[in-house]
Amino acid sequence: MSGFFQTDLGIVILTLAESLALIVPLLIGVAYLTLFERKVMGAMQLRKGPNIVGPFGLWQPFADALKMLFKETIIPTGSDRLLFMIAPMITFGLAVVAWAVIPVNNHWAIADINVGILYLFAISSLGVYGIIIAGWASNSKYAFLGALRSAAQMVSYEVSMGFIIVTVLVCVGSLNLNDIVMAQRHVWFAIPLFPLFIIFFISGLAETNRAPFDLAEGESEIVAGFFVEYSAMSFALFFLGEYANMILISAMTTTLFLGGWLPLFHCAPFTWLPGPFWFLGKVLFCLFVFVWVRATLPRLRYDQLMALGWKVFLPITLVYLVAVAGVLEYLGWLPNA
Amino acid sequence: MSDVVVPPAKTVEIDSHTINFGPQHPSAHGVLRLILEMDGEVIERADPHIGLLHRGTEKLIEYKSYLQALPYFDRLDYVSPMACEHAFALATEKLLGITVPERAQWIRVLFAELTRVLNHLLGISHFALDCGALTPGLWGYEEREKLLEFYEAASGARFHANYFRPGGVAKDLPAGLTDRIAAWAEEFPKFIADLERLLNNNRIWKQRVVDIGVISAEDALAWGFSGPSLRASGVAWDLRRAQPYDKYAEVEFEVAVGRHGDCYDRYLVRMAEMRESVKIVKQCLAKMKPGPVKVQDRKFTPPTRAEMKHSMEALIHHFKLYTEGYHVPAGATYTAVEAPKGEFAVYLISDGTNRPYRCKIRATGFSHLQATDKLCKGHMLADMVAILGSLDIVFGEIDR
Repeated sequence: MSGFFQTDLGIVILTLAESLALIVPLLIGVAYLTLFERKVMGAMQLRKGPNIVGPFGLWQPFADALKMLFKETIIPTGSDRLLFMIAPMITFGLAVVAWAVIPVNNHWAIADINVGILYLFAISSLGVYGIIIAGWASNSKYAFLGALRSAAQMVSYEVSMGFIIVTVLVCVGSLNLNDIVMAQRHVWFAIPLFPLFIIFFISGLAETNRAPFDLAEGESEIVAGFFVEYSAMSFALFFLGEYANMILISAMTTTLFLGGWLPLFHCAPFTWLPGPFWFLGKVLFCLFVFVWVRATLPRLRYDQLMALGWKVFLPITLVYLVAVAGVLEYLGWLPNA
Repeated sequence: MSDVVVPPAKTVEIDSHTINFGPQHPSAHGVLRLILEMDGEVIERADPHIGLLHRGTEKLIEYKSYLQALPYFDRLDYVSPMACEHAFALATEKLLGITVPERAQWIRVLFAELTRVLNHLLGISHFALDCGALTPGLWGYEEREKLLEFYEAASGARFHANYFRPGGVAKDLPAGLTDRIAAWAEEFPKFIADLERLLNNNRIWKQRVVDIGVISAEDALAWGFSGPSLRASGVAWDLRRAQPYDKYAEVEFEVAVGRHGDCYDRYLVRMAEMRESVKIVKQCLAKMKPGPVKVQDRKFTPPTRAEMKHSMEALIHHFKLYTEGYHVPAGATYTAVEAPKGEFAVYLISDGTNRPYRCKIRATGFSHLQATDKLCKGHMLADMVAILGSLDIVFGEIDR
């Protein structure tokens, strides 16, 4: 049997099976993330959240999905039909594709490639295209404003996010995500690189268009922003994409700063639990913070967001990168030196 | 090469684009339609269009008896119904020349202040919601619900109370309500403190509202501002203090005044007013004594049902009051109250019949809304939403 999986056909089948084994739980995870968000926000806002469909509202996500499926897809007359339909697919597709390199446990990734972090960074940056195309193709002023805001936002945050990743790479000496996690065996990067951890998470909020940086959809200003003209499944794809991206950014934060699948402490009761459990737990913690932030903070204005990105985060990350590199060089701790 | 034709330099005029903000927009506060001329995200001109909720209230009132006209006032500023009723009840009483019994005056002050809290809760929570803060909105609704229950207990309706009547209030408070209100008045300041913790020093909130939509005291007066929006600019003008009506002369409270006239000050003034309202509510509860709640004159107050069973005269009074209504002596009055949003007034003209000859309503939000262009010019789209939220506009009264 192991011989079969060495053949070309075997590899294809194996990869397909692996992908399926990842995508299905991911989609279910996305579905239940919506419920999780509504429940957590409900608790914070003195209400119950969905509790009618099924026990504790557990079937709510499926009811929502069914509703979306049976709605009519409306394509506005003045829109660019092709781009209008492609945009949500890009958003959702990219959100799923990025998962190929995330290690859930030691060497448990569909593609354990040696430039994993670059791949992730590239894919998450492409996400903005879905938004810009949607805003442009809708031929609506609100959608267009949303797209413009999104582009401005993305440019402001990618740079500092890039510097943070470079800092982590300087500490690890490898672009492979598996190596990045293993480098945190002794201490999670969240501790020595604490300010960067915070900035990375905030940039993640901006990257996923979540509150307080949800300017691209800015419900009370530009109604729904770039997806104001979307309905039915095309709308649902944006929605799924946004939530899949939330999980992705949480997984990235976990991998880069919270020691991936590694347990809290390397001693008896903690090591009994398998790696994926720890990984999931940390991702869930990040997601909780996502929701918490949304329930707490007002939305920033778009020029304020740009100012935060360029005038605060960029200098801090840049200085920190140089400082970290200097300290490592001075102490002779640089990996692969 | 000298024969190369140089094309004349062309200048390209880039037109500002317009955005149709509303009437179907999540933060249009009802049915406001704003035509915004934009330079990118910056507003160059804001042109408010009104009339989408026009119901002809003023004209309809001319065809109703004074008692029948009253419920229309609930439907003007539907966020603070009893405050609007108050103005009409006072105006009618002034024309009739009657004085309301003590207890009714206390009840009115009590409910006018509860209404103020009711209004500011919604105003502030929607203001926060417009700026993207989701939680204050839902917390506010939770508190509002308690107040609406008081409304319901007193009048039978949660919103359109029809409770303040010319000559008093519809009926006395039910047993136990004053205790419930007293318990609420003890608890409520804690809620205000919670809300303040969430917003007052929140950096993002301050970034969004400080120095946004500034209006000076002179401008505010010139544009006809009143209420919290005027006081936020530093003008200590409060009708409850300046020309007290009902029992306002006998309660102690402070008039909250801002300094800068920006959105943040308008927010702070409203928060402070809620605290003062609680103070007034407590004083009302302490000073209220048992007694009649309607003027004791059968020509204005319908008899009790029991009385009608055995008294012919009572039956006739009842019939006349609910068909023809009372005749009001000819005259005119401009009667204003300090509604939660500002000066809400009725200009009532009577020609001696049982129906008003004219009932002009001074809507608070109207003069605030007309300053939108002045306040929004040069700000960004997101600021415009914050400014609208801070002005606390309700279309029921603006369009009438």
